[in-house]
Amino acid sequence: MYTKKKVVAMLLAGGQGSRLYALTKNVAKPAVPYGGKYRLIDFPLSNCTNSGIDTVGVLTQYQPLVLNEYIGNGQPWDLDKMNGGVHVLPPYESQAGASWYEGTANAIYQNMNFIRRYDPEYVVVLGGDHIYKMDYSKMVDFHIANDADCTISVIDVPLAEASRFGIMICDENKKVIDFVEKPKEPKSTLASMGIYVFSWKKLEKYLIENENDANEKRERGEKWSKDFGKDIITSMLRDKQRLFAYEFEGYWKDVGTLDSLWEANMDLLSPNVPLDLYDKSWKIYSRSSYMPPQYIGDNAQVENSMIAEGSCVDGSVDFSILFAGVTVEEGATVNYSIIMPGTVIKSGAVIEYAIVGSDCVIEGGAHIGKRPEQVDNRDDWGIAVVGHNVTVSDGKSVEPKQIIGENI
Amino acid sequence: MSSVNYNVLGLIFASMHDSYVSELTKQRTMGSIPFGGRYRLIDFPLSNFVNSGVSEVGVITKSNYGSLLDHLGSGRDWDLARKKGGLHLLPPYSQTGGIYQGRLDALSNIWSFVEHSKAQYVILSNCDVVTTIDFNPVLRQHKDTGADITLVYSKSYYDGEKNQSTTILQFGEDNRVNDVMVAPKISGECNQWLEMLIISKDFLKQIVSDAASRNIYSFTREILQNRNSDYKIMGYEHKEFFVRIDSVEGYFAANKMLLDSEKRKALFKNNLPVYTKVGDNGPAKYGLESNIKNSLIADGCIIEGTVENSVIFRGVRIGKDTVVRDSVIMQGTVIGSNCSITSIITDKNVEVSDEKVLTGSETYPVYIAKNGKI
Repeated sequence: MYTKKKVVAMLLAGGQGSRLYALTKNVAKPAVPYGGKYRLIDFPLSNCTNSGIDTVGVLTQYQPLVLNEYIGNGQPWDLDKMNGGVHVLPPYESQAGASWYEGTANAIYQNMNFIRRYDPEYVVVLGGDHIYKMDYSKMVDFHIANDADCTISVIDVPLAEASRFGIMICDENKKVIDFVEKPKEPKSTLASMGIYVFSWKKLEKYLIENENDANEKRERGEKWSKDFGKDIITSMLRDKQRLFAYEFEGYWKDVGTLDSLWEANMDLLSPNVPLDLYDKSWKIYSRSSYMPPQYIGDNAQVENSMIAEGSCVDGSVDFSILFAGVTVEEGATVNYSIIMPGTVIKSGAVIEYAIVGSDCVIEGGAHIGKRPEQVDNRDDWGIAVVGHNVTVSDGKSVEPKQIIGENI
Repeated sequence: MSSVNYNVLGLIFASMHDSYVSELTKQRTMGSIPFGGRYRLIDFPLSNFVNSGVSEVGVITKSNYGSLLDHLGSGRDWDLARKKGGLHLLPPYSQTGGIYQGRLDALSNIWSFVEHSKAQYVILSNCDVVTTIDFNPVLRQHKDTGADITLVYSKSYYDGEKNQSTTILQFGEDNRVNDVMVAPKISGECNQWLEMLIISKDFLKQIVSDAASRNIYSFTREILQNRNSDYKIMGYEHKEFFVRIDSVEGYFAANKMLLDSEKRKALFKNNLPVYTKVGDNGPAKYGLESNIKNSLIADGCIIEGTVENSVIFRGVRIGKDTVVRDSVIMQGTVIGSNCSITSIITDKNVEVSDEKVLTGSETYPVYIAKNGKI
């Protein structure tokens, strides 16, 4: 019944995103709102569709309700297919017993039957928490041209930042010689983007080996793990398999932290950042909110901002991103901030350098965040964050770096 | 909300009154006229049906319906791509050939579709009256009063000099319709028919087959006007905001009415959303020196200039130092920099190059046709 597919994508969406704190209390990280009308997962899903990959398994585990509902039948991404399409793959109970996903490699291991049904040549493994536009088909072509067993997408990062990433050391033909996770003294600046193309038969073999090895280690009481970077890639390198680095040029942003989430949003307002959401040839699709167009009132001052449908602005908005259905009343000020869907900013409230979650109410005298120059010691400055469904009362303030998850 | 459900068939006349807005319907039909920044007129009756739980809808087309078909697709964006019921596009041709002239012969042409439906009641709606309504109370009243036909009307100000298509109802003591006037030259508060009605399928069948045998086609004239003493025709008062699109100036004014927050709230209710074709545009983006006042702006716009008292549709570009005032700018319009645009309607995909000055008047806007280049 299942037609063979050349490529199947597996999207790892189970991450808790614990460094996003209040924003991922009830939602998985890939469902975190971004860019006025998107969620993080829209980027890999849209990239799949635009790259011609129509079969995607989404591996979920942590707080899947919002994410599952959001993905639905995959129709917004054109992934509601008779053969293929998007499938949410949560952990399940089998005859051998139920088990949570015990790492990224184990999540794919547990769903090998899903992949086998399509009998693919190649499997693309993706993360759910990066902002980028990428044609995966070009990476698959590169993989094929090199007769590779595994191709890892890399991006050239500044040397100063290289120690935050998994770093690939390559020869002149981009063949990977070594891989070091977060090296103290990086020997290269090619950082792994967490995007892999595997020849399926090879991946299948290594997944099974890793699973068996790790389980044996566990029985012996030794340290074990079932991870892509740590285990699969390392084992393949050890066995002298053909691993290649595919260098990506363009915008790519990891949104693992609150600061990087804020920066990634602000990047959309910078004319120097090459991430175009208005490019008709590579649209980023999302589930629509069915709201009327936004209304900008007589008292509004709106500059250098992105605002989504259903919003109603009568206050001042500058260098900010407003999601669908946000209200900014007359006399309210929003600067350098991100306001997620359905939040109401009442008259007199001031929000600067902040992320405010969805469906919050920020009362009149509230003050959230501060400008960097208002803080004596720059180390004390950071983004102020209000979680989802929080009311901030009149007169209350949220300081830089402070994260509020409950009403104050 | 689902009480109506499979018991009711919705029928939309997508091409009624096209001639009143002939500029706008030159390359499309009434139902596919863009409205309110991101909608087409047919989105309102379709959403009214869907929100009332009517999940079987027929759309009766007449001419120029290419853009309508393109907009509706399979009906998925209205949740009407269904195995049971769903959206059906009904072309205008009769078995005897030719295109229908009025509602009655249009219904006669498509009767086999209506016959096939298991619905007991039929709700008819046009596209030229924009309002948000829940049909459940209308159906309840229709059943409670035992009416043959229930017309949805609004008691509101009518100006016979301006309104050219309005049907005015008068009621007798028993609340039955006893007089019907089409576009009378009067003004004042009147009961204006909103071109929506409920009727049982059996009774409609009787009327339609009777009309066919007599070769009559106008529902308003032959049924509402000539037979109101024979049939029990009642009214249901819809007390919410509505606007009728019956001239280009009226279309212009109707769009600008949406700048009034009360009217917007009446049309866009949280529990009765208006669905439309998904555009997959980015959010609206405002430039460094943008200045926006009292305007409705849709997704996908990139605005670097000044916009006042205007309705800006999806994907419009407005350049630096350009001022757009009192205008309706349809989707895909690109306006360069240093332009001055006042009281203008630009249809889809108009291009205005730099340094242009275009001025209409508040009561008589200048209309620039689809794909026009200035």
